[in-house]
Order: sequence, then structure tokens, then C-alpha cells
Amino acid sequence: MSVYLDHAATTPIFDVAVKAMTDALTKVGNPSSLHTEGRSTRKDVEDARDLIAKAVGCLASEVIFTGSGTEADNAAIKGLFWKSEKKIIAISAIEHHAVLDPARWLVEHEGAELIEIPVDKSGELDLDYLKDLVAKRGSEIALISVMHSNNETGVIQPIAEVVKIAGSIPVHTDAVQSFTKTPLSYKELGVTSMALSAHKVGGPHGIGALILQRAYEIPALLHGGGQEREIRSGTLNAPAIVAFAAAAASKIYEASKVEELRERFEAGLLSSAPSAYINGVDAKRLPGISNVTFPGTQSDSLLLLMDSMKVSCSTGAACSAGVHRPSHVLLAMGHNEVSAQSSLRFSLGANSTTADVDFALSVLPTVIERGRAANQK
Amino acid sequence: MKIIAAMSGGVDSAVAAARAVEAGHDVIGVHLALASNPQKYRSGARGCCTIEDSHDARRAADKIGIPFYIWDMAEEFHEGVVENFLAEYAAGRTPNPCLRCNEKIKFAAVLDRAKAMGFDGVATGHYARTQIGAMGKTLHRAVDPLKDQSYVLAVLTTEQINGAIFPLGDTEKVDIRIEAEARGLAVAQKPDSHDICFVPSGDNAGWLRDRLGSEVGPIVDNAGNKIGEHKGAYTYTIGQRKGLGLTIPTSDGSPRFVLKIEPVTNTVVVGAREELAVSKLIGEKTIWCGPAVDEKPLRGFAQVRAHGAALDCTYYFDGTQLVAELDKPLLGIANGQALVIYDGDRVVGSATICESA
Repeated sequence: MSVYLDHAATTPIFDVAVKAMTDALTKVGNPSSLHTEGRSTRKDVEDARDLIAKAVGCLASEVIFTGSGTEADNAAIKGLFWKSEKKIIAISAIEHHAVLDPARWLVEHEGAELIEIPVDKSGELDLDYLKDLVAKRGSEIALISVMHSNNETGVIQPIAEVVKIAGSIPVHTDAVQSFTKTPLSYKELGVTSMALSAHKVGGPHGIGALILQRAYEIPALLHGGGQEREIRSGTLNAPAIVAFAAAAASKIYEASKVEELRERFEAGLLSSAPSAYINGVDAKRLPGISNVTFPGTQSDSLLLLMDSMKVSCSTGAACSAGVHRPSHVLLAMGHNEVSAQSSLRFSLGANSTTADVDFALSVLPTVIERGRAANQK
Repeated sequence: MKIIAAMSGGVDSAVAAARAVEAGHDVIGVHLALASNPQKYRSGARGCCTIEDSHDARRAADKIGIPFYIWDMAEEFHEGVVENFLAEYAAGRTPNPCLRCNEKIKFAAVLDRAKAMGFDGVATGHYARTQIGAMGKTLHRAVDPLKDQSYVLAVLTTEQINGAIFPLGDTEKVDIRIEAEARGLAVAQKPDSHDICFVPSGDNAGWLRDRLGSEVGPIVDNAGNKIGEHKGAYTYTIGQRKGLGLTIPTSDGSPRFVLKIEPVTNTVVVGAREELAVSKLIGEKTIWCGPAVDEKPLRGFAQVRAHGAALDCTYYFDGTQLVAELDKPLLGIANGQALVIYDGDRVVGSATICESA
């Protein structure tokens, strides 16, 4: 068994979710059917919707189940753009590809203009830039999208302020990493839409949710039976939905415990590798993510070495055909291409232990030494 | 040993990795991403490191049960292989990029990185053998003469050979496919790679024209008389007969062949077949794959093309250049081709041909 420190990529499914899903898998009934079986499955789905709504602080009618967090982001970015007559899409420079790529697609195919809002060295959104942008070109902006917290660094973004600055401009937030990890309330933030994903919170893969204001209509991405407010069609994935809700409502994730482990990890790391530094350390971060730059190394070498020593972590950045590219998030935070490719993301989860952290710390010196040697070749 | 298996996504490197595991090594599969903008799909036998190839390599690693990673060597490949290829053509020479890739990438960049990371060597699907004897670890031809790739490996130094593992050298290709099938490797019937991997269209002349230009220049005979025009000297090959577009016939009606390409004056020189014949090959940038040779003439074989014949010769090293005197003259030798010397089936060394007579 290896030590798993890649919970931001996906985290083990909780037992309560497995139980909920297993029970639902053997149950017949399409939630859209009118008969007894259909009504019974529909009830399970609606109970789940209530739980998700409660967990995220929205109305049940504001929950639209999707096939993934990526689908929720796509539905929001494209839907909000299509709904508007305006052409500017303003997003943070550190968005996940699930937001960045649909925005770029709209530029390429539908004449959108993309404006990226910069972040500072600690990875926090430049609110002054946004203020200035809204003051100058607010009447042209179709939507603003800023993630609630960044998937690579864990840095939490000032969404409430973004909403305030945006005024009447719709705001979408990708809250995939934040959900259940840090206080998150759809209602309090006042955003138009929000994306969630089940497998990051102890639920199964292949299920996500778009939270969208009640009675706020956007053009659909998927057309068909119209199951989810005519905004998302497709037979409701009842087993995944109930498991998602079970995980989201479970409160198994203890933020303070995870944060303590992260602190132990970072303290140990900085004492054994003094040249290493933690990205976003000065900002408010999610409890479980630690993004570390190891100068003089290449992250893909480090990852291979960590893996061979039974520690699973991540380079954080998206891969293109498995080839590691410099992270646009770290570049936006002021890294150059070399230092951006010298970083690893360690992410802890609900079941991480002190032993996990200590084991990772014990292999790091060898890994860094070999990684440096490989980089000099 | 702890080794890296370079896995292209083809059948050979997949079987090589599987054999390395069976030989008791601790193996990690690595696919080299060599193209900066990989194509999604492979088309026939051309191109390489497409996304589909890396997927095939990953699935082979899954089947074999070894970890798998992709190493981005696109920059190293571009600098060491593609740019060298262009520079050689621009200088009027005919390079072999596969040799450069083995020299600069597979057994240099990859092997060095592997060693620094604590691995002992690199296994590849090349058809070649190594032997350990009085001369240390030496490089030899594969048993399958049709697949033998010792020629393109003749740029490896003893140190590189020490870190190289060629698990396929003792087997014929047909049997490798059968073995791949038996091992359940999905790439068992995948077509072999041919041509130059970074020219996916297969149109080398067009690829060179796009990058080096297609400036019109004279085609002249050996006396310097202009007898035609060419569209870019780089796209001709020594010994080429067809496609010259010459309208002035020779006095006896005999065909003309490309004898020389002169990049500085952008001139292509043509002449009679006999004029192509050479029996002395001189090479620079000599690399010894085993003990160095001195000025004392030795008998052996010379090979000048990847799957060319082994030519009886006398060879020696004059202190700066490797010289091979062929028993029988050879037609159409271009500067830039690799001259590889064999002692029986052992690779003695190689040099880049810079002169022939």
C-alpha cells in the first residue's frame, strides 16, 4: 500500500456513500416514471437534493445534477454567455480548465472576448483590477467566473467581494475544491451559479451539480427529456446522486484535523528541505492542500521518484497527453516556466493520518536529492 | 537491476519491457514525448509519439504490470535531432536522424536522467545484442538480419552500451509478434515504423523545402555546363536518377545521376553512373563502441545504410579520421551518411562520412 496524498484529484469514497449507492443500484425505477417504482426513486433523488441544498446553503430547486463538475462549469459558462447579448467573459487567471477551456472555446467559436483577471504572488485575485474592469467595461461583460478556491494551491478567493463589485453582472464560481472543506454558502455569497463535484467530497465519480438561482433560465448544454429544469437532460443517475448526498451530508471531513496534518507536513518539509517554499502560504488556504516548489528539480522526476517510494502526489497542473506543462496557476502567481515545473501538490483528505505525513517526509530528502541530480543531466 | 524501459507504443518495445521484467529486473515504462505538438492519431507506419502511441504504450505497461510515465523530451529531440537534420541537409549532407536520436536522446538524455534517479540502465526494443567478454560489454548484430539495428546504435560509447539492455536481439521479428500475441499485448499486429518519425507526411523533400526554401538553381554536368534547373538542391539525393527533368540528352543516350550537391552555390552536379563509384570512405567524428582502433589496417566490414550490405573492407584510424577501403566499389555515397565498421558481427565504431573517392 502506498501513502495517498492526492486527495484534491480524487478522495476515497466514504462508506456511507458506498452503502447508499449499493442500495440504490439494485432498486428499479426511473425517477421520471409515474408509477410506484418511479416515485420511490424520485423520492430518493429529491431527498438527496435536499441534503445537497442544505450542505451548500441553497434552495433544493437550485440544485441541478450534472455528470461532473466539468459539466456544471461548462453549463454555466456557456449558458450564461448564451443568455447574454454581451461579449466579454472575465475569469480569473487561475481557473481550472473546466472553466478556462469553455471560455476559450467561446472566444474561438462565438466571438467572445476573454479577459483574465490577474492574481497576486500569493495567488489571490486582484480585486482592484476587477473594479477597474467593471468600471470601464462593465456594460459589455456577459459573466464573471472566479473559482472559490484554487485546485493547485488551495488559495481561497474573495468571492463575496467579487459579487459586490460585479453588481448586476452574473457571477459563476467553481467550488469543486471548497465544498465540505471550508465554509461555503451559495446564498451568502450571492453568486448566480456554482459548480460542485461528488468525488472530491467522498462521493462517487460521474456526478456533479450546478447550483443555479431559482427561476434563472439559461440555454441548455444537453437537450433531451428536460429532467433538470430543462437545463440538463438525461435520466437522473439516482445511485450516484444519493451517494453524493450521503457523502456531502456526512461531516466526515474534519477541516481542523486535516489542517493540523498539513501544518505538520509543511513544518517537517521546510526543516528538511530549507530551499523549498510553499505557494500561497500567505493567503487563506483550504486545509488540505500544500503546493511546494523544490528549486532545481523537475516535478515529473519528483513524482516518479515519490511514486516509486510509495507516496502518491501530483504535479498539480493539467497534463496534456501525460506530458507535464508549466502550471498556468503558478505562472499567474509570478513563477517562471522553470520554477513552475519544479513544484508538487500534496493534498490531504478525511482519512489522512500522521503516519502518512511522516512517511512522506521520510522519503522526501532522497527524492529531492535524486530529482536534483536528474535535473542536472 | 532497476531499469527504465523506453516504450514507443510499438510491439518491439512492449515485448522488450515484458522480457526485462521476466529477466528479473525492476522495470518502469517510460514513453518519450518527442513531438512538441503531437498528433492525435497515428497514420499507418508513419509518425510517432502521437497521443495514440502513448496510449498504446500505457496499455502495454498495464498488461505487463509495470508503472508507466511519459517523459517530455521534445525540446532535447528538436535541438539534438531535428535541427541537426536540417543543418546537415543545409550543408549538403545526408544525415540519419535515428543515429542522432540514439546518440543524443535515448542513450544520453534518457540514460543520464535514469542514472541520476537511481536506475541502472535503459532497455529498448532495438534489434541488437550485447556480449560481455574480454573487451568488456560489446555491441553486436541481432540474429534477425532483416531487422538488425546495430547500425543505428553504432554511435554508443562503451559507457552507454554498459547502460543499454536490448532484450530482442536474439529473436526474429516474426517470433516477437507471436510472443506479443501470446502475452496478450494489443500492439502485436501494429505496423512497424518506417521513414522519419518527425516527417509524418512521409514527404521528406516537401518537408525540407518548407523549412529550407526551394530556391531554383542550376543542374550542371561534371564540366560545369548548365543542363537544367532544380527546385531546391536539398531535395536531391546522391545517386538519384529519376525526377531530374533534364531535356538535354547525353551524347550516348546514357542516363545521368546526381553526383554532388553544393549548397553554397545551390548547384546539383550530375554525371554518368560510373562516376558515382567510390572505394574509399573517410569519416569524421569517430565513436568507438569498444576498444579504439589505430593506424594498423584491419580487415572487417563497412556498412553505410541502416539495412545496407556489409561490405568487405580494410579499415584503420589515421589519428583523426576513420578510413575504410572497400574491396569492391560502391555507388552513390553521400557525405553525412554514417560509416559503421564491423568485426564479424561486433560493432567496432562509426564515423560520419565527410569524403569518398
